[in-house]
Amino acid sequence: MGFFLETLFGGLMAGMLYSLIALGFVLIYKASGVFNFAQGAMVLFAALAMSRFAEWIPQWLGFESLLLANLLAFIAAMAVMVVLAWAIERLCLSKLVNQEGITLLMATLGIAYFLDGFGQTLFGSDIYNINVGMPKDPAFILEGMFEGGVMISKEDLVAAAIAALLVVVLALFFQKTKTGRALRAVADDHQAAQSIGIPLNKIWVIVWSVAGFAALVAGIIWGSKLGVQFTLSLVALKALPVVILGGLTSVPGAIIGGLIIGVGEKLSEIYLGPMLGGGIEIWFAYVLALGFLLVRPQGLFGEKIIDRV
Amino acid sequence: MLYRENGQFKTSYAADQQIFPIFQERWAMALLLLVAFVVLPLVGSEYFFRAIVIPFLILSLAALGLNILVGYCGQISLGTGAFMAVGAYAAYNFMVRIDGMPLIVAMLLGGLSATVIGVLFGIPSLRIKGLYLAVATLAAQFFTDWAFLRIGWFTNNSSSGSVSMARLDVFGVPIESPVSKYLFVLTVVCVFALMAKNLVRSAIGRQWMAIRDMDVAASVIGIRPMYAKLSAFAVSSFIVGVAGVLWAFIHLGAWEPAAFSIDRSFQLLFMVIIGGLGSISGAFLGAAFIVLLPLALDQIPHLLGIPLSTAAITHLVHMIFGALIVFFLIVEPHGLAKLWSVGKQKLRLWPFPH
Amino acid sequence: MDMTDMNSSSTAAGTAPGRRQGEVILDLQNISLRFGGVKALTDISFNIREHEIRSIIGPNGAGKSSMLNVINGVYHPQEGRILYRGEERKRLEPYMAARQGIARTFQNIALFKGMSVLDNIMTGRNLKMKSNLFQQALYWGAAQKEDIAHREKVEEVIDFLEIQNVRKTPVGQLPYGLQKRVELGRALAAEPTLLLLDEPMAGMNVEEKQDMCRFILDVNDQFGTTIVLIEHDMGVVMDISDRVVVLDYGKKIGDGAPDEVRNNEDVISAYLGTSH
Repeated sequence: MGFFLETLFGGLMAGMLYSLIALGFVLIYKASGVFNFAQGAMVLFAALAMSRFAEWIPQWLGFESLLLANLLAFIAAMAVMVVLAWAIERLCLSKLVNQEGITLLMATLGIAYFLDGFGQTLFGSDIYNINVGMPKDPAFILEGMFEGGVMISKEDLVAAAIAALLVVVLALFFQKTKTGRALRAVADDHQAAQSIGIPLNKIWVIVWSVAGFAALVAGIIWGSKLGVQFTLSLVALKALPVVILGGLTSVPGAIIGGLIIGVGEKLSEIYLGPMLGGGIEIWFAYVLALGFLLVRPQGLFGEKIIDRV
Repeated sequence: MLYRENGQFKTSYAADQQIFPIFQERWAMALLLLVAFVVLPLVGSEYFFRAIVIPFLILSLAALGLNILVGYCGQISLGTGAFMAVGAYAAYNFMVRIDGMPLIVAMLLGGLSATVIGVLFGIPSLRIKGLYLAVATLAAQFFTDWAFLRIGWFTNNSSSGSVSMARLDVFGVPIESPVSKYLFVLTVVCVFALMAKNLVRSAIGRQWMAIRDMDVAASVIGIRPMYAKLSAFAVSSFIVGVAGVLWAFIHLGAWEPAAFSIDRSFQLLFMVIIGGLGSISGAFLGAAFIVLLPLALDQIPHLLGIPLSTAAITHLVHMIFGALIVFFLIVEPHGLAKLWSVGKQKLRLWPFPH
Repeated sequence: MDMTDMNSSSTAAGTAPGRRQGEVILDLQNISLRFGGVKALTDISFNIREHEIRSIIGPNGAGKSSMLNVINGVYHPQEGRILYRGEERKRLEPYMAARQGIARTFQNIALFKGMSVLDNIMTGRNLKMKSNLFQQALYWGAAQKEDIAHREKVEEVIDFLEIQNVRKTPVGQLPYGLQKRVELGRALAAEPTLLLLDEPMAGMNVEEKQDMCRFILDVNDQFGTTIVLIEHDMGVVMDISDRVVVLDYGKKIGDGAPDEVRNNEDVISAYLGTSH
C-alpha cells in the first residue's frame, strides 16, 4: 500500500510537470485558435537559454552569486522568449491569418523543427544543468501510517506549488483583465475581433510571450529535475494527450488532464506493464487520448466542437 | 518556342483526359524513363545508387502514399512511420515463417497488413479531424514503436531487437547488386505511381478531394464520407506499407523499430508539404529535396573550407526544413509542384511574357 | 388563420399556363424542429407536387433554410411526418436523400474550391458511378469507359449552363455569379427528381438573375424536375412559381398560388412588419 501511494504521488508529480507544458498549449489555443506544436521546442529553447545564460552572465559580468546569476538569466531568457514571440507573430502568424487549422498546425511543426536546430546552434547541444535552488532530497510523509513513511520528492512538491500558482494567475488573467477578454475574443473569431478594433498582431505577441513564460517556467522545472537536453522536446510531445483529455480550451483541464496522464502512466507501467512486456509508458497516454477522442473529443472540460454547413 | 500546345486539339474525351495531354510532355516523360531504366544503370556508381537514388525512390513512394491521405483527402497523419514499420515487419514475418514465399507476394502482403492497421487507425477520422486526428495517428506511431520492440513474436524473438533480410530474389533472379536493387525499386515505384495517378484522376480521387474541400457538402451530394475517408487511409497505408518493405529489405537490409520512428513520420510529412499537397509529382520533388539537402549540406562546407560537425549539420538541416515548411505554407501551399507547373506555364509562353 | 392548400385537385387552378402539375411527390405533415430551446419550425404542413416550381418565401430567420434541410435530411424534425411518394420516410441521412433523387444548392455556395468546374460537376454524377477501386487504379478499361460516358453527360450540363469556357478553371477563382451556376450544374448532373435551390439568385445583378431564371425554367420544362426554391426577389417568385409557401417565425402563414399569397394580409404584415 505504501508502494502504491508512492507511485501515486510520483504520478501526480509527473503529471504536474506535463500540465506545466500543456498550459502553454492551452494558452495559445485559447487566444489564437492555433495549436502550437512547437510548445515542446519552446520549452527546450527556454530551458537552454536559462541554463546557458546562468552560466555565461557571471562570466561576462564577473560575479559569483548564484541567486543574482539565476535572476539575471531568468530576465534574459524571458527577453529572448518575448523576441521569439514577436518573430513568430511577424514572420509566420500574420501571414497565415484565416488559414485552416491544419495549415497552422503544420506551420507550428515547421517552427518546432526550426527552434530545435536554432536553439542547439545558439546554445549548444550538450546536457546542461539548471540550478535554481530546488530541494533535491526526498521527504518522508505519513510515517505514522506506514513503516518508514511514504517517500515523495520535495522538488516535485515545489514544482506542483509553482504550477498551481501559475494556473491561478493565468485563470485570473483570462477572466478578469481587459487583455484577457481581448484574447478570448480573438480565439473565437479573428476577423470579428479585428473589426471591433482589437489589434490582432499585438495580441498574438502578448499571447505567445505569455506562453513563452509558461514554457520558461516549465523548462526551468523540468531542466532542474532532468537536466537540459534535446529529448526534452520529445517529452513535451506528451502534453498533447494531456490537452486532449483536459480540453483544448480549458486551463484547469490542462492540470486535471496532466494529473490523470501522470498517474495513469505510472500505475499502468507498474501494474499493467509486466503483463505486456514493460515500457508501455511511451504509448499509454496516447492510447488513452485516442479513447477519449472516440467518445468525447472535446475532453473533460473543453467546449463542444460544432461543424456548420 | 519548343513547348507549345498550338495545334494540339483534342477530339475525344479520352484524349482530353490523358495524363500527359501535351505531346512534348509525353516525350519528356519517355526520355526520363529511358534515362532511368537504361542510362543510369550503365553510368551510376554504387554510392550513387545506395545512398541517393534508392532512398530517394523509396521515400518518394512513401510520400506518395502520404500525399493521397493528406494532400488529396485532407486527413492529417503523423503516424506514417508506424505504417511503414507494419509493412516491413509483416513482410519479414511472412518471408521468415513461410518457406518459399516469393518476395513480391510478401511485399504485397506487407502492404495489406499496413492497410488493415491503417484503416483501423483511420476510423477516428470519421468523427474527428485536424489536430485531434493528428494525436490519434500519434497513438498509432508510439504503439507500433513499442510493439515491435517488446513483442518478441514480431521479430521472431531476435535477441538484439533488430532483424535482417538477406538473399532476396525475384522470380529466381537475385537482387544483390546495387543496380539490380535499383531496377527492382524503380519498377515498383513506377507501377505504383501510375496506379496512384489513375486513382486520383478517377471518381475516387474526386471523392477524396470533395471530402478535403468540404465534407459536409460532399455527403449532401451523395458521397459517403466513411467510404471516402477509409478508402484514402486504406490506399495510403498500402502504398506506405510497401514502401516500408522496400526500405527495410532493400535499403537497410537489417533494421530495428527506430528506423520507423516519429522522425520518419515528420520527414515524410515535410516531403509532402514541400513537394506539394495534392500532387503526385510533388511527392517526388519533395523527396528529392529532403534526401539531397543533407547531402548537399555535408559537401558544401567542405568545398568552401568551413568545417562543420555532423551535429551542427543536423541542426542546420532542422532549421532549414523548419523555415522552408513555414515558407512554403505561406508563399506556395502547393509546394514545389506548383512552382514547377507555374514554371512550365511560363515556358509555354516563352519568349513572350504573356 | 390557417391557409389550407388551395390546389387540392390535380387540375390546378391559378397556375401559369403550360406548366405540368403531377401527383403529390412530397408531403410534409406537422413538422416541428427545435435546436435546444430555439423553435426553428412549428407545426408546418404543405405538399409539393411533381413537376411544379414551389417557392418558399418569408422574412429573414423565418426558417426557410431549415425547411430545406429537413427535406434533404440534414436536419431531423422532432415532430411530424414526411411522406415521399406516399411512403413515410424514416429518419433520412443526406446521403440517402441524394440516392432518392434529391439534389440541392446552398445559400453560401458549397463548392469544392480546390477542384475545377468540370471536376465539381463530375462529383455530382458520383452516385451513378459503378466502377470500383481496382478498376479505377488500372483505369484503361471499365473505369475509363465509365468516366467518358459520364463526361459526356457533364458536358451536356456545361453546354446547358453556358460555362464551357471556364470548365478547367478552379472554381475558387471564378466570380460569384459563375460559382452559383456551377453549383446548379453539380446539382443538375445528378439528374434529380427534386431540386432544392437555396437562394440561387442571391447577390446577382439583373442579367445574372435573368439567366438563372431562364435556367431554372428550362430545367423544369425540359427535364420535368420538381423545383423547390427559396428566394427573396418577389418579382422572380411571382413570375416563375406555380405555388408559394410563406413562412414567418417558423410558422406557415400562407400557401397557394402567387396571386393569392400576394394579397394575403398576414403575409403583407409579416413583410412590412407589425407587432407580433
